[in-house]
Amino acid sequence: MARKSTTQSKIVWTVIAWVVALVIFFPILYAVITSFKTEPEAIDGFSLIPSGTFENYITVQTQRDYFKPFTNSVILSIGSTILALIFAIPAAWAMAFAPTRRTKDILMWMLSTKMMPAVAVLLPIYILFRNFGLLDTRIGLTIMLTLINLPIVVWMLYTYFREIPGEILEAARMDGANLWKEIVYVLTPMAVPGIASTLLLNIILAWNEAFWTIQLSTTNAAPLTAFIASFSSPQGLFWAKLSAASTMAIAPILILGWFSQKQLVRGLTFGAVK
Amino acid sequence: MGSITLKNVQKHFGEAKVIPSVDLEITDGEFVVFVGPSGSGKSTLLRLIAGLEDVTGGTITIDGKDVTEAAPAARGLAMVFQSYALYPHMSVRKNIAFPLKMAKMEQSKIDKKVEDAARILNLSDYLERRPGQLSGGQRQRVAIGRAIVREPSAFLFDEPLSNLDAALRGTMRLEISDLHNQLKTTMIYVTHDQIEAMTMADKIVVLNRGNIEQVGSPMELYNTPRNLFVAGFIGSPRMNLIEGEYAQSKGAKTAGIRPEHMTLSKESGLWKGTVSVAEHLGADTFLHLDVDGIGKMTARASGEFGAHHGDTVYLTPDETRLHRFDDKGLRIAG
Repeated sequence: MARKSTTQSKIVWTVIAWVVALVIFFPILYAVITSFKTEPEAIDGFSLIPSGTFENYITVQTQRDYFKPFTNSVILSIGSTILALIFAIPAAWAMAFAPTRRTKDILMWMLSTKMMPAVAVLLPIYILFRNFGLLDTRIGLTIMLTLINLPIVVWMLYTYFREIPGEILEAARMDGANLWKEIVYVLTPMAVPGIASTLLLNIILAWNEAFWTIQLSTTNAAPLTAFIASFSSPQGLFWAKLSAASTMAIAPILILGWFSQKQLVRGLTFGAVK
Repeated sequence: MGSITLKNVQKHFGEAKVIPSVDLEITDGEFVVFVGPSGSGKSTLLRLIAGLEDVTGGTITIDGKDVTEAAPAARGLAMVFQSYALYPHMSVRKNIAFPLKMAKMEQSKIDKKVEDAARILNLSDYLERRPGQLSGGQRQRVAIGRAIVREPSAFLFDEPLSNLDAALRGTMRLEISDLHNQLKTTMIYVTHDQIEAMTMADKIVVLNRGNIEQVGSPMELYNTPRNLFVAGFIGSPRMNLIEGEYAQSKGAKTAGIRPEHMTLSKESGLWKGTVSVAEHLGADTFLHLDVDGIGKMTARASGEFGAHHGDTVYLTPDETRLHRFDDKGLRIAG
């Protein structure tokens, strides 16, 4: 009996999981399907069978160059991630291995900045960017993306580093390793999985960030998020073309996510099961 | 060489004086065990010697050299940790070689030393494995191997056997003692297990709340505990501590008699007790008794004595083995 009910509940949960996954994935799937429809088909109502035209992709590429925003997205997400790691690794290090009574407060404070609505600081940041000549520049957006993701990066690395037993570092110290060797030979190799998942997640977050990238860029530094947004403007809505643009924008990150999903899940659930 | 001297060593964590003040002399080649209950400061004291914690006051001297401010690696000591603290991403070979690599030794010399250490510790077949693929005992050996290759002036062990099961603990205890006999290097060994202390030590340091209660050979501590704490801590089962009329009649506040220093009889004796629990170990039987006019006591009987729950047993203490303590808990001589 017990066995039977376990099998039954397994089936139920599997079905529920699939339904939830499909509901979440459906908008993306529908965008991909719509991208292969003609414009009249696209606004015609719900249909899962496209006529299979590639016209939208060709139009999107000829009307607006896809590769420029794509290059911008790559530079911004990788650039901001590396910059964030450069700041976050020493920060998380210090908090994990030399904590003070205030460490928890600092972590909470950093996370609390993520709870603030971004619109609240849009104006001051816009003015700062304008005054420093950072509007629509890759440097400006890289700095912005670094800043907004830094709290999450520090937090993730902190949880990772904390899992590394202090005794191992002490053993290294007894064995004659100085701080630098301790970091290079012992800590970093042990933290590589954590650093890798943080890096991947941050690239995805930066790639998908739409609020600041759209507000602070126009053409030169505009990434793919702005590229999609530009299809929903002046001439009215073109669903099929918008879908094609969206598909082209999310495809690279979807592929990256697919290939790194094991690493990502491991990174995000690290320390949760122990 | 490995003589270590602590002079007025203190350690405070904020307001808490974990080690109020400790003076200790460890001579070269000694096997010294720090023993005490948890929170007694024994591990802290070891970490101060290792240099993993900074002293608040006092000086630490190793082989006549003041190392109070020296970095851990500069003290010439090797440490074996409770959790083994092996490097999980390195093979056994690389783990053992790590301190030598840090010391920039030639690769050919490193290889030879690692092979030698592995042979002593029966690890030759496991050199290419990662720590995760080893059993608890093997991991412990790797940790010891990593310590041996450095040829330190002293080994520090921080409760190295507490993660092992009872049978393995017994074996490793022998192996470590054996190693000490072979190497003749100073060893400082921290444990809360008084059996480990008694069986391994040349010299036991009993710690309580950061203070040294007594320093001496195992038998000194067993035969002449300086105070009630040591009397209660050393020896298993614990010494029976008796207050009241009997103690007063012996001119003491508290009288102590070990479970093995009483004669047992089913017919007659000084005290009459009822067995509450009888623990049969085979050779010995530990009787936990409710004794009239005294309370709970433990007695050691031979395995053949054959007492069970509810039986009446008479006890007579061997008065030549009686310990007497005054109202401050200190031993009364004679």
